Amino acid sequence: MADNGPKTGPAPGDRTVIGITFGNSNSSIAYTVDDKAEVIANEDGDRQIPTILSYVDGEEYYGQQAKAFLVRNPSNTVAYFRDFLGKEFKSIDPTHNHASAHPQESGETVAFTVKDKEGEEETPSTLSVSEVSARYLRRLVGSASDYLGKKVTSAVVTVPTNFNDKQKAALTAAAAAADLEILQFISEPVAAVLAYDARPEAQIADKIVVVAELGGTRSDVAVVASRGGLYTVLATVHDYEYAGVALDKVLMDHFAKEFLKKNSGAADPRENARSLAKLRFESEATKKALSLGTNASFSVESLSAGIDFASTINRLRYETIARSVFEGFNRLVESAVKKAGLDVLDVDEVILSGGTSHTPRIAANVSHIFPQTTRILSPSTETTAINPSELQARGAALQASLIQEYDAEDINQSTHAAVTTVPHITNAIGVISLSESGEEVFVPIVPPETAVPARRTVLVAAPKDGGDVLVKIVEGNTHIKVTKPEPKTKENGSKAAKVEDAGDSDDDSDFSDDDDDDEEKREKVWKIGATLAEAALRGVKKGGKVEVTINVNADRSVMVTTREVGGKGGVRGTVSA
Amino acid sequence: MDPTVVSLPLPTLPEGWAAEKDFKPVGKITKDGTSQRTIEPVGPHFLAHARRARHKRTFSEDDRIQAQERAKNVEEDNDSDISEPEDPMMLQREAKDWKSQDHYKVLGLAKYRHKATEEQIKRAHRKKVLKHHPDKKAAAGRTEDDNFFKCIQKATEVLLDPTKRRQFDSVDEEADVEPPTKKQLANGNFYKLWSRVFKAEARFSKNHPVPTFGDEKAAKADVENFYNFWYNFDSWRTFEYLDEDVPDDNENRDQKRHQERKNLNARKKKKAEDNARLRKLLDDCSAGDERIKRFRQEASAAKNKKRFEREAAEKKAAEEAAAKKAAEEAAAKEAEEKAKADRESNKKAKEAAKNAVKKNKRVLKGSVKDANYFVEGDASAATIDAVLGDVELVQGKIDPDEIAALAGKLNGLKVSDEIKSVWKGEIARLVAAGKLKEGEAKVLA
Repeated sequence: MADNGPKTGPAPGDRTVIGITFGNSNSSIAYTVDDKAEVIANEDGDRQIPTILSYVDGEEYYGQQAKAFLVRNPSNTVAYFRDFLGKEFKSIDPTHNHASAHPQESGETVAFTVKDKEGEEETPSTLSVSEVSARYLRRLVGSASDYLGKKVTSAVVTVPTNFNDKQKAALTAAAAAADLEILQFISEPVAAVLAYDARPEAQIADKIVVVAELGGTRSDVAVVASRGGLYTVLATVHDYEYAGVALDKVLMDHFAKEFLKKNSGAADPRENARSLAKLRFESEATKKALSLGTNASFSVESLSAGIDFASTINRLRYETIARSVFEGFNRLVESAVKKAGLDVLDVDEVILSGGTSHTPRIAANVSHIFPQTTRILSPSTETTAINPSELQARGAALQASLIQEYDAEDINQSTHAAVTTVPHITNAIGVISLSESGEEVFVPIVPPETAVPARRTVLVAAPKDGGDVLVKIVEGNTHIKVTKPEPKTKENGSKAAKVEDAGDSDDDSDFSDDDDDDEEKREKVWKIGATLAEAALRGVKKGGKVEVTINVNADRSVMVTTREVGGKGGVRGTVSA
Repeated sequence: MDPTVVSLPLPTLPEGWAAEKDFKPVGKITKDGTSQRTIEPVGPHFLAHARRARHKRTFSEDDRIQAQERAKNVEEDNDSDISEPEDPMMLQREAKDWKSQDHYKVLGLAKYRHKATEEQIKRAHRKKVLKHHPDKKAAAGRTEDDNFFKCIQKATEVLLDPTKRRQFDSVDEEADVEPPTKKQLANGNFYKLWSRVFKAEARFSKNHPVPTFGDEKAAKADVENFYNFWYNFDSWRTFEYLDEDVPDDNENRDQKRHQERKNLNARKKKKAEDNARLRKLLDDCSAGDERIKRFRQEASAAKNKKRFEREAAEKKAAEEAAAKKAAEEAAAKEAEEKAKADRESNKKAKEAAKNAVKKNKRVLKGSVKDANYFVEGDASAATIDAVLGDVELVQGKIDPDEIAALAGKLNGLKVSDEIKSVWKGEIARLVAAGKLKEGEAKVLA
């Protein structure tokens, strides 16, 4: 075939697009119908499809079926390979592959040796990670195509925030080998935020969102500033210790010990590879059951040396033994907030995403870090929450439906750094109003960490009697005010309270917000900074409202427009940079 | 985003505050007041941002343009597809001639034709009905004039029934694109002109998507795919629409059947003609297609290249083999010559040795003759025989070296006794060595 230039994908009109979450443990596929994202169940009925391929007698199995072969056919089963894409052998962590095909060095990349053809005499073939990924993606796309009844041509794929260009290139190549055009890579936390923001009832607001993605083999927490629907990732932390498998491990140890107690003299099931695989498989199922019910059973036939084992565990017990892991998640979330240079009081929303976030205790623990005003979006804390396992795939599908009309070239240009890298103001810009006690208070209009150019409008009440008003545009920033409890004075605005500037927040990170009076009270207060401009609006009606619009341009100049609601004219002026 | 409402009131203007146009810039955002960060290219609001950034629009400009585009969309939805002017001749049509009418034109969908969606047809129909309903005409004073309304109803009936619509589309000549003439092709535009033809033909395809004609830069696989597809074109085109009317009475069944058969044959014939037409179209097109020529040249160039390479390799191999053979031959010849020389020198040496032995033997025999056969006076024949027999015996037992040694000893001796003692010594030596038995040599012992 004559090759002229890079392969161009299908024309925008001929595309069938889906969103794909290609995870290390599980993957998902989603599509949109009437602007609503739906996660597709594969032919086994799974919406979370284990990222595993297995070969038995030349037959290829994937997903849940392949996962079952981890017990019987581990050497020809490839699992946990996503993170190896685009990496060299020396920089991969093969820990999770102990119970499946082992990764090997193969030139620049990593490969697996499996018998993927039928017949005794066939020699095992060496499959590179990108070949394995291509085969897996082909199965995913096949499932989606079968479901939609149309050949899926293109997809938006979510990747972790620390996926580098080489890894993305490797994934693009693998997808191309599976005959799939990747429209765009979007980062996993942002996909989760988008999934929530795209709900019809969602309001676009300025908020700080912490996205905790607790997955099977890794946990990633990102702090995202959502500013009028534009998302800026402020900080990310990645952790490979506290993840779903750590919880499985806790349960495995628990049940192994119980087994040994009941069957004295039997061999430890953790010493035998096959018993260990059975133990792991059932522990994961038990963990999932404990997220839904308060009791779960555990039963494995012929766990070790032909002895069957059955037991039950309740949620309280599980939460006790898994406590250290749960605390690890909490520390992770706190470290992310700290890394972003923020305080827990700055966080408006916490989105729990990933399979492990189904665990109710994790949501409860995380909610204790944050003030009560912070919304924790997880199934156990919020009834309207979206299934955390589906968030990323939904976000990807929504993004796919948004950009499917555009040419690949257009998408490339729009996602280029020249468009995405923009200045963000570090201080808030707002207007001065008067509190009930006549104090000047700062009313934020443009919050900090807003990408410019930005435009925001507020409606501020005029003085009771109307007349001439002063619109004073100032910069502002926050600090955390810690109020030592004082008997009887519980008012927020009370200036009589001892004020202490608590710059660092970790002195009371174990703060749980029960209303114990002995606890000191922490609150976020705005501090008025430098004045940017003053404007006068004359003759405002009694009980009227003043609209103040602030336009921060890319060159840091600020345009202020202020007028009386319903009035004519108004005052307009520019503060040059 | 809706503006936030703040209930805390603004301060009143202090006494004596004054500024030009009531606005007074005081500070500014310093460079430290901003940081470069990357926004995630995700979500509808990012698309808006990208649009603004790439077109260098401000917020309000973008709002205006977007609003305008939205407004345009709405208008298009409402009106444009049915705003085609109505031909006065068309309005005069008789409803009973419905077979010859252009249904799309009647509904004002002439520019969409087979591409018109069901939704568009329904809307067009409604719009036309509102305008041409007989009741409206009656209100305008013209009664009994519902011919065009019937045309509209018939057009809608045909176009909303998928089967009938296909039958009509099959013979819709308005949608056909004539193949380009030689004159047109002479101006270039080969790909553009043909691509329009095939786009029009593609409406009859049962299989979708139909590969596009492409342009001069198209890849070989795409071009091959295109021609394969079209040479195996699966068309749904039928010609039922052109059937002659079958008499609808029960009077003459035979004639009815005859007419039906005739229609069927006519349809088959037309279908065959259509297939032939398409085939000719493709033949014409591929004959002028520069890409095919180019691919053929490239393929033959590649093949030739392979052949040349192979031949060169063979030639080289042959040369190497010949050189090797020559070298081997030379070596063999040299070896042979050497062997020959060796053989000859050996022969000479052997002959010399033989001559020496003969000479020595002569010396031996001469010695006994010199000694007069060890007798006084004339020796009898028997004696000579006996002595010479012994000499021969000794000679036969000893090797040429010893003969030479013996000859050396005997040479120059003339005295009979001395000669005899030498022979005696020799025989004794031979007897001692076991080569000669005691008493075998009778005379010389």
